[in-house]
Amino acid sequence: MVYLTRKCEFSASHYYHNPEFTAEENQRVFGKCANLNGHGHNYTLEVTVKGDVDPGTGFVMDLKELKEILNREVLDAFDHRHLNKEIPEFLTQIPTTENLAIAIWDRLQNKIGLARLHRVRLYELPDLFVDFYGER
Amino acid sequence: MKAHLTRRYLFSASHRLHCQQLSEDENRATYGKCNNPYGHGHNYALEVTVSGQVNPQTGMICDLVDLDNAVRREVLGRFDHQNLNVRQEFKTAVPTTENLIEVIFNILKQSFTAAHLERVRLEETMMNSFEYAGGAELRP
Repeated sequence: MVYLTRKCEFSASHYYHNPEFTAEENQRVFGKCANLNGHGHNYTLEVTVKGDVDPGTGFVMDLKELKEILNREVLDAFDHRHLNKEIPEFLTQIPTTENLAIAIWDRLQNKIGLARLHRVRLYELPDLFVDFYGER
Repeated sequence: MKAHLTRRYLFSASHRLHCQQLSEDENRATYGKCNNPYGHGHNYALEVTVSGQVNPQTGMICDLVDLDNAVRREVLGRFDHQNLNVRQEFKTAVPTTENLIEVIFNILKQSFTAAHLERVRLEETMMNSFEYAGGAELRP
């Protein structure tokens, strides 16, 4: 069993707002992220897959294929988008980094081929990241 | 008390991904630009994680100098500024980073016994990396 991690970057805007909270509660819970005009981040995504090394190719999976899957399933959907307004998952959920990591996991889970998804690590800032291992 | 310690090392090597059992066309289709006949190189970053009880006298899991010496002698001494394809370790295996990380783990397992070798992590480029724990699952 070898673990392989691929990194990619995307930029998106969002804001945090819970319609069940009052304006004051939204402000208190979400602080400057509650600004309804939104703000943006450069996200760094690290996706780790695991599997046995194919004795013929020496690969767990083709890195180029993994890159194409990340481009197609994640970057094409999220890069230079407004998460609240353009991404179906966030019409009903707040696009926190936690929820975004889970949404990315769900989009990738059945797309990896023979390898298995191990971890989604999503950096919202260089000093802030979320790990999701598919645990519910 | 058990603790984990990770040390990072750098080495540079060249390789060509080419499988003898595949045709020229199949090799090109499988490995793309990594199949370039003249090879290419990487700056690899190697992270070695060991674990063990913290010695109450020294406050250490193991002496870092011993770990450095083992990694420098057995791994960097072997692979730094080398062509991986001509090394005997890759006589039959393709020098993908998957195969390289297994080789490095097994070498260190043999040569460094002062603490438990927990995991090896190998970055091939800034955008991709590999981890191996001797076949064990990584702890979340």
